[in-house]
Amino acid sequence: MKLSGADILVRTLIEQGCDVVFGYPGGQIINVYDSLHKYRNELKHVLTAHEQGAAHAADGYARATGRVGVVLATSGPGATNLVTGIATAYLDSVPVVAVTGNVPTGQLGTDSFQEIDITGITLPITKHNYVVGSVEELADTVREAFRLAVSGRPGPVLVDIPKDIQIASCEYVPQPPVQPEERFAAKEMRIRQAADCINESRRPFVYFGGGLIHSGAEAELLELAEKLDAPIGCSLMGISGVDSDHPRFLGMQGMHGHYACSMAMHHADCILSLGVRFNDRVTGNRAKFATNAKIVHIDVDGAELAKNIQPAHALRGDLKLTLRELLPLLRQKDNAEWRESVEKLKAEEQKTVDSREGMTPRNVLLALNRRLGENTPVATDVGQHQMWAAQNLHFHRPRRFISSGGLGTMGFGLGAAIGAQMATGERTVLVTGDGSFGMCLNELATAVSQRLPLVILLLNNGVLGMVRQWQTLFFDKHYSNTVLDRKTDFVALARAFGADGARADTPEQLEAALDAAFASDGPFLIDCAIDKDEFVLPMLPPGGSMDDIIVKIERQGE
Amino acid sequence: MAGFTVAVLVHNRFGVLNRVTSMFRRRRFNIKCLTVSETESAAYSRITVSSEGGDTEKRQLIDQLYKLPDVCSIKELHDEDSVSCELLLIKVANEQDTRRDVQDAAQAYGAKTVDYTRESIVMQMTGPTRQIDAFIDLMRDYTILEICRTGVVSLERGDSTIRKNDR
Repeated sequence: MKLSGADILVRTLIEQGCDVVFGYPGGQIINVYDSLHKYRNELKHVLTAHEQGAAHAADGYARATGRVGVVLATSGPGATNLVTGIATAYLDSVPVVAVTGNVPTGQLGTDSFQEIDITGITLPITKHNYVVGSVEELADTVREAFRLAVSGRPGPVLVDIPKDIQIASCEYVPQPPVQPEERFAAKEMRIRQAADCINESRRPFVYFGGGLIHSGAEAELLELAEKLDAPIGCSLMGISGVDSDHPRFLGMQGMHGHYACSMAMHHADCILSLGVRFNDRVTGNRAKFATNAKIVHIDVDGAELAKNIQPAHALRGDLKLTLRELLPLLRQKDNAEWRESVEKLKAEEQKTVDSREGMTPRNVLLALNRRLGENTPVATDVGQHQMWAAQNLHFHRPRRFISSGGLGTMGFGLGAAIGAQMATGERTVLVTGDGSFGMCLNELATAVSQRLPLVILLLNNGVLGMVRQWQTLFFDKHYSNTVLDRKTDFVALARAFGADGARADTPEQLEAALDAAFASDGPFLIDCAIDKDEFVLPMLPPGGSMDDIIVKIERQGE
Repeated sequence: MAGFTVAVLVHNRFGVLNRVTSMFRRRRFNIKCLTVSETESAAYSRITVSSEGGDTEKRQLIDQLYKLPDVCSIKELHDEDSVSCELLLIKVANEQDTRRDVQDAAQAYGAKTVDYTRESIVMQMTGPTRQIDAFIDLMRDYTILEICRTGVVSLERGDSTIRKNDR
């Protein structure tokens, strides 16, 4: 059957199992939009307010499902507006396929209207990218992009399609959805060596990141922790990978990690590191990081294995398959002494927990937590609210905590929440701050036009809280450009967009607002007032070690 | 100075050199020289990279290269089991009182005169990098007008090839 390039693109997306795409039309992708109209009953297109929001939505869709998220944009500014979204997906290894239109092949390189070298721009933030050279190559290029996006360590792939190729036609033969490259376990010899090392340990610690969620190795990880009698901790990207209520789980570690988790990791003699990359926010000063521990590092991306820290044992392979081979080689442990010291750390952590009453960030998030269902996806933006959410919310299913970890993209949350909602069909929560929300709040328009059940919990402190916290601690309280002083009425703003909202200045108002938000069938914003001098604690100062951890700050007037 | 040379077989596609060098740039690999050309098959190009890094850098460079979909195969090349050479063109001033010394040095190093004018002499030399460095160093006693060198190319000795190393 002979089809135009635009039709072939849409048919190939459908063939690959894509059910919704996010995007924004324009001159050099108008033919594709004509095809989207033709195939509108088979593929839903969600028009966002801005291409960045579309990219974050595709990303949120992918994070919530593990399936490829797809975003469409026109050439030039349409394409460059995707850049932050693509980079966000790249840093967190999220499978996204971005499709951009471009000027006709003959005009490429001549600085035509709305022409930009988007493959050049996205070279360092994609796994790979393509300029489609002919209509005959189009379908296979899109298939290859899907395959690459989900294979090995996932990530974004961009396909740039000049307009003449959207118009040209050729034979289209449907194909089954592509399969990811076959997964493989680490080399047997390496697994055996690692097992010997692990069997000798007396204070083992199981540490996982986003790679665990991608590999679907939750059951193997829990079996591992039981066998080793070890506590479990995770990186920000690992959150929701293991049930937060699991008795062995100590929560997130790192710069703002749980005290017991960071301390246990510091005192461990063997750290099993699964699908993590030892980012600077995790290690602090690398020379002083986990100096007592032998690190066994397992990752599907071999380049991660000695990039940031030198592990004693580096195992390149799929986590699930590698753990399955490792487990039978491990002896059942009973580390009474280690268990006891971890319990002591947990008790110490309990003493530092913020027990104030009123509208503290912790109390606000606990009120939200009481309303979260097993399946409720929670997206966040970036800053203090993100860390409070990571510390205080409980998750029971993988892929339910959706947050920009690597790039730390303020403005990520609303788009991501839209994508996660559409992917799961579940009422979805966005925890955000007034700074982050201000960056991409235009996507409220999308949430309203799609009538999405979103609960937007906006922690409003009138400042850029995380930067302010650093200014308080390290810059002599010079609050340079972090006091917003904007007078935005977020409830009125939500109403202006056609959403609903309520203000919450007291715990009672918050409860009532949450009740209303969780009963609403459209987006509902809660403008929740918190104090501007709340801190995210504990805090490991940047470049510091566990000796420098700050667990308590005496606040003025206390 | 520690250092290493690797050969990288890549798909001969538009922009592939850019992908490889862009990765080197953003990850701050210290590249001493890099050569690229088509191979026995037009479908592949071969890149030879020399870097001054140690073992950790070498491992990281190879692992990062393997993540590029256009990279087909990588081979580490060691002095003892590979042949390496590069090509030098060097232009020196043709001055009466040094002409003789320049020509003697050229002869000792096996450099061939490929252009000779009243003002200048252009010599061509192939050989291992160290030998070329030494010859250039010798020429610094005279007036070097211009230098151009290709960077090192290497092949493993024996019948082993990079194609047999495909991932």
